[in-house]
Amino acid sequence: MPDLLIELFSEEIPARMQARAAADLQKLVTNGLVEAGLTYAGARAFHTPRRLTLAVSDLTAQSKATVEERKGPATDAPEKALQGFLRATGLSKDDLEVRDAGKKQAYFAVIRKDGRKAADIIADVLDQTVRNFPWPKSMRWGNGSLKWVRPLHSILCILTTEEGAEVVPATIEGFETTNHTRGHRFHAPDEFSVTSFEDYEAKLKRAKVVLNAEERADAIWSEATSQAFANGLEVVEDKGLLAEVSGLVEWPVVLMGTIDAEFLSLPAEVLQTSMKEHQKFFSVRDAKSGQIVRFVTVANVETADNGATILAGNQKVLSARLADAKFFWENDLREAKAGMTAWTDALSNVTFHNKLGSQADRITRIEALARELAPVTGADAEEAVHAARVAKADLSSEMVYEFPELQGLMGRYYSEQAGLSSAIAAACQEHYSPLGPSDDVPNAPVSVTVALADKLDTLTGFWAIDEKPTGSKDPFALRRAALGVIRLILENNLTVSLTDVFASADGRADAANLLSFFHDRLKTYLRDQGIRHDIIDACIAMEGNDDLNLLVKRARALAETLATDDGENLIQGFKRANNILSQAEQKDGVEYSFGADVKFAESDSEKALFAALDRADEVIKPAMATQDFGTAMAAMAKLRGPIDAFFTDVKINADSEIIRRNRLNLLNRIRATCGAVADLTKIEG
Amino acid sequence: MSTQTDTPRSFQEIILRLQSYWASKGCAILQPYDMEVGAGTFHPATTLRALGSTPWAAAYVQPSRRPTDGRYGENPNRLQHYYQYQVLIKPSPPDLQELYLGSLAAIGIDMALHDIRFVEDDWESPTLGAWGLGWEVWCDGMEVSQFTYFQQVGGHDCAPVSGELTYGLERLAMYVLGIDHVMDMPFNDPSAPIPLTYRDIFKQTEEEYARWNFDVANTDMLLKHFEDAEAECESILSQDHMDPKTGKRIIMAHPAYDQCIKASHLFNLLDARGVISVTERQAYIGRVRALAKKCADAFVQTEAGGHAA
Repeated sequence: MPDLLIELFSEEIPARMQARAAADLQKLVTNGLVEAGLTYAGARAFHTPRRLTLAVSDLTAQSKATVEERKGPATDAPEKALQGFLRATGLSKDDLEVRDAGKKQAYFAVIRKDGRKAADIIADVLDQTVRNFPWPKSMRWGNGSLKWVRPLHSILCILTTEEGAEVVPATIEGFETTNHTRGHRFHAPDEFSVTSFEDYEAKLKRAKVVLNAEERADAIWSEATSQAFANGLEVVEDKGLLAEVSGLVEWPVVLMGTIDAEFLSLPAEVLQTSMKEHQKFFSVRDAKSGQIVRFVTVANVETADNGATILAGNQKVLSARLADAKFFWENDLREAKAGMTAWTDALSNVTFHNKLGSQADRITRIEALARELAPVTGADAEEAVHAARVAKADLSSEMVYEFPELQGLMGRYYSEQAGLSSAIAAACQEHYSPLGPSDDVPNAPVSVTVALADKLDTLTGFWAIDEKPTGSKDPFALRRAALGVIRLILENNLTVSLTDVFASADGRADAANLLSFFHDRLKTYLRDQGIRHDIIDACIAMEGNDDLNLLVKRARALAETLATDDGENLIQGFKRANNILSQAEQKDGVEYSFGADVKFAESDSEKALFAALDRADEVIKPAMATQDFGTAMAAMAKLRGPIDAFFTDVKINADSEIIRRNRLNLLNRIRATCGAVADLTKIEG
Repeated sequence: MSTQTDTPRSFQEIILRLQSYWASKGCAILQPYDMEVGAGTFHPATTLRALGSTPWAAAYVQPSRRPTDGRYGENPNRLQHYYQYQVLIKPSPPDLQELYLGSLAAIGIDMALHDIRFVEDDWESPTLGAWGLGWEVWCDGMEVSQFTYFQQVGGHDCAPVSGELTYGLERLAMYVLGIDHVMDMPFNDPSAPIPLTYRDIFKQTEEEYARWNFDVANTDMLLKHFEDAEAECESILSQDHMDPKTGKRIIMAHPAYDQCIKASHLFNLLDARGVISVTERQAYIGRVRALAKKCADAFVQTEAGGHAA
């Protein structure tokens, strides 16, 4: 069975798009082949800066012939129906067969499709794939109208059998398929032809192209680490950078260079960021001190001087870059030591949002909120306010202007240099956290305070100006901010009324709407921890639902109880009691909340239920007072037996109206007792 | 690929070699545009000629001004006045990358010793309403050129597509000549009877312009000039296409575009003076872009813009 090889050879494909593009090529082509009736044993896709390659093995040589029969209208049906059937099948009336169909005769279409040769199918599928390729960004070039990520130069497409290889003939937007490709841009630019995937891969390697990106990445990593090891150093791991660099070279040549001594005093993160962002260098550090002392760059060529010229050039560029970084660092240190007031003042010229004022306005609000939150978090109020004031000062620094990703971290360094407390310095960095569901949550009280104040100011502010997230649009990352608040509160076990905080943060915000936004985020967060949404709804229905810790405590207790047999059955008993009671209340137009009296109890099970409820109340009341919802729920779960027995033995609608009312009032007691932790009517099932 | 490994000796030799290289490849060697611009792209030979279907091939040096980059001639790499070398070929030829690499060889970069890379960098000019896809070209980790396939200019789709190459001449020359501070770079041949460095020619002007750009330029006047240029651009474009005097169809796309260039540079000066706030910035850029679009709309109605005469 033939093997298929496709290569789309182009000008340099952005590194970040290559892996996805190779996967898309594989998916589009193999899906197309299968839809057209071919099967294959295996497929592998590859990418280099200049090519996307797909190898499909053991493809069937042609698709099977098919016969499809379709029943049409009856022979005496109106002409319109027949015309419709002819249009749908693409046949003429003479092609149709007339057969018996039940009582009547009907037209039948027999549609025969011949099997198609693999080559014909491939040509069509490739044409569709190239024309409709899902590049994230594509372009035209020259006079053409084809869109590709960068100009496409050639399309190789061959089928290989035991008899040899054949080009799959196709012309796609002026490109005729061939059996040839080219090697490395500088080492082996000439065209050569190939006969199979194995031949292709081997010839490419001779032409200084490593086809497999993983092989390039492995080679880079192993060469970089061994060069570092030989010097008693280690390479700072960076998988993203490794993948990117593998996408920038076809023939990786690893070179290690030194960093001028005058730059070694820069913070490690600054060195690392500057080298990575600007030069795509790996950082090499002294394993003991953690100090970054060298770099690794990956060239795409072998040279007669073993890369000496390339390394010298790279070192020169790096020195210029680091001279900039050092200049920023030194200027920044002067401002930091002067107390950073010039920076905080400058924030009044930076617009945060045209309806929410400047960054300085925002900081004033965050300071006030931090003061209010300090008693909740246990932070020293003055320290928290001071931290809020300087937390964003580094946004005015030259280093953060150059490397925005260092915001916060530089704030920490500069606050230390300004002689501020380590709690304040930490808050400068940590108040941005948590940034995502898996990011660490700060626990230092000052950091927690500023982190909460920052996020709550953002949320209430955008709610006040009615810029809420809609659908997939969340340009101000408000969902992330709300999740951050939730995690800060829960993981630090803070007791805080969100409604109160919303009111003091920005009274214009629709507090009820914002709280329900928080509840939605909380549901998503707890769902990931295995707590059902109806359990959370049952707890949200209770008072104090703006205290997230209280809410979650209720939810966890309820979830635990529901996981037991008693708990599950208690819900059934509760619901039964509630339904009967609600119907009676509706019918009678009264509320049965007068308190049931045991003296009207007739049967043993009725008396037992009174006793059980008394015992339960003795446990539940003090437990509720200390928010020990687990104990309260466990006590309720114990009611399951008495409630079940009661319903088995006792008819609620007794003949005596006094006894009936007493029993309804008893049901009310069940409802009240069981509803202490959560609104169980919300529980599904 | 032919490689010319002898190293040039001066800044001007690099320019001359680029000129003769691109002349040998069939480009019309134009002269710089006689107005203050922020980059070679602003030259009408690029901005306007990238529009329409008429084939085009031009190369030129363009003195460029970026007032905010002034450092009084102290910074080794930053200047408020510098030179770009610009090539525009429409339609972009299939071997544009090879042609480009040939130009590097022509100025003494030996491909056998250096690491040349095409690294993704999409180009966009918000003021010109233009964008394209391409790369920044790295030589041993240093960006030496911008390589762009224009997709849109002035809001118009480019068809055919032009290939644009922009070389930052000082930076490229410093690398080729092994110079660390731009002011130390020989401008003419160092063995000439009167050798001149970049410092001899530009140190004083960098100081003078930096002071004027940052501290002295009359912002009220600049603002007024900006508005005048904007108004004049609109006024030019609002004229009837038929010239009553000659009876010919004369659309004044170029004079209007001059006013757009002026407005753009005046905005840059105002920006350097620090009188434009973050929010105003976007509004000013939007105003210049609106002019650029109208000029593009006008140009495509002219003969050079591909309109049937």
